[in-house]
Amino acid sequence: MTTFAETPFVRARKRNELFAKLVFGAMAALLVTPLLSIVAYLVIQGAPLLSLDFLVSNPSNGMRAGGIWSALLGTIYLVTLSLLIAAPIGVLAAVYLNEYAEDNWFTRVINLAVVNLAGVPSIVHALFGLGAFVLAAGIGRSVLAASLTLSIMTLPVIIASTKEALSSVPRAFREACWNVGATRWQTIRGIVLPNSVSGILTGVILQVSRSAGETAPVMFTGAIFFRPIPEGDPFAYSIFDQCMALSMHLFSVTTQVNGAPPALPYATAVVLLGTVLAVNATAIGLRVYLRSRKKW
Amino acid sequence: MTLPARAAQGGITTRELSLWYGDFQALKSVTLTLQHGLITSLIGPSGCGKTTLLRCFNRVNERYGYVTTRGEIKILDKNIYDEDVSLEELRRLVGMVFQRPNPLPLSVYENVVYGLRIHSPRRDLSKSRLDEAVERSLREVGLWDDLKDRLGARATGLQLEQQQKLCIARLLPMKPEVILMDEPCSALDVEGTRAIEELMWTLRGKYTIVIVTHNMAQARRASDECVFMLLGEIIEHRRTEDLFLHPRDPRTAEYIEGRYG
Repeated sequence: MTTFAETPFVRARKRNELFAKLVFGAMAALLVTPLLSIVAYLVIQGAPLLSLDFLVSNPSNGMRAGGIWSALLGTIYLVTLSLLIAAPIGVLAAVYLNEYAEDNWFTRVINLAVVNLAGVPSIVHALFGLGAFVLAAGIGRSVLAASLTLSIMTLPVIIASTKEALSSVPRAFREACWNVGATRWQTIRGIVLPNSVSGILTGVILQVSRSAGETAPVMFTGAIFFRPIPEGDPFAYSIFDQCMALSMHLFSVTTQVNGAPPALPYATAVVLLGTVLAVNATAIGLRVYLRSRKKW
Repeated sequence: MTLPARAAQGGITTRELSLWYGDFQALKSVTLTLQHGLITSLIGPSGCGKTTLLRCFNRVNERYGYVTTRGEIKILDKNIYDEDVSLEELRRLVGMVFQRPNPLPLSVYENVVYGLRIHSPRRDLSKSRLDEAVERSLREVGLWDDLKDRLGARATGLQLEQQQKLCIARLLPMKPEVILMDEPCSALDVEGTRAIEELMWTLRGKYTIVIVTHNMAQARRASDECVFMLLGEIIEHRRTEDLFLHPRDPRTAEYIEGRYG
């Protein structure tokens, strides 16, 4: 006779179900642990030195005391300039590749190059920057050369993320435009870009963390060990100057300076992390805002 | 039902039209005259080329992969495959309505005036001209009373039936000659289907309407003439009544009896 009672086999399956859920949940929880412990560890270790004064004063006493002003400003310069170079080129190239380009050998070569360029280690970009911008182009070691090197490094990723954002706009919208006689540019400007701008911006802004964190590309092309600048002046560097950078500063105070207070590298790391997190938070906020205005 | 006076020109005439997707021949020497002001339905089993034929009339086929075309299509006495034909102008005069309503992610108002905006320099578009176009087009498709207070609402949030009517309204400010409909009711319920069919009847006479449909009952209800296609060829093209009551070709007879398809 059939009833709806639980059979032993059903019980076994339920046990398996519970076990699977626990395993997956545990792995997901595990993901958060390193992030939280790293941040907590850095903040605890760096706490003695962290203050507003630390941000806006130059390093002093052979980098053993003082703040990180010139490194912080240098990083801001490098990141901003590299994005100003890479973002327009990357976004426009991605629009071409996604919206205009036909599938032929030429565009396949470009796409292949973009994918491979994204996989090149940063030290290779650094050497390329040194050879191409510093030496061959004669720019010399400077903010500009370092920013150009960083933009070469971020360009392929910006292209890839922009293409992703563009292709997430439903094809039906494009068809609707073409079928009333809109040109490709009218379609892109009126429909495709307004509806993918959140994804494009997110992709671009996420490259800030990479630019800010990479040491090798800037070390070879424009960042220096120590350079005091007027404290609190946001226009202290010219783009043809060499500058300090947070990533390189962290490397220096950890490995090159004897007798630095133990909190110094941690405090520097907190500032670097904080800058990146602040920019990423802006990106998330911007995306939420633009998503909420999305029209479908 | 009386047929409107047949305009001497207007309508669509194809001659020896063949089309290939790569090596596959999708249309075989299609020669056809579609009367101006009538509703013509294209029927036939899946893959018979009816949608391909429809998409030839505004040449949007050419955006879907590798397509070769031979033969000619005359609209307003002009071969649309001539060198000097601008695709943008062609598509202004030959509008298309799709299976799934595809309003743009803009407001109702902007959807209706989208065509005007892209086809006119900005200085020609006064607010009053746009407003007038919106009211006239929405009235023509019967949406004005429902939407006149919601012109700023986003079009993608409307009911499907309203969306589809809006997609038709979107074509009207451009004063189209031909309206192509690719299974315009297949995403709609019974009420929506009836509303769109009624709308087609009110538009009849002003525009040449070509509708692709899988639904034979719809072809029978909602068209003046009917074209039966099979494997890229025209099998039979007659008045809808005659085609359904007295099919000449045995293949037509078998299809409308539902033996295949």
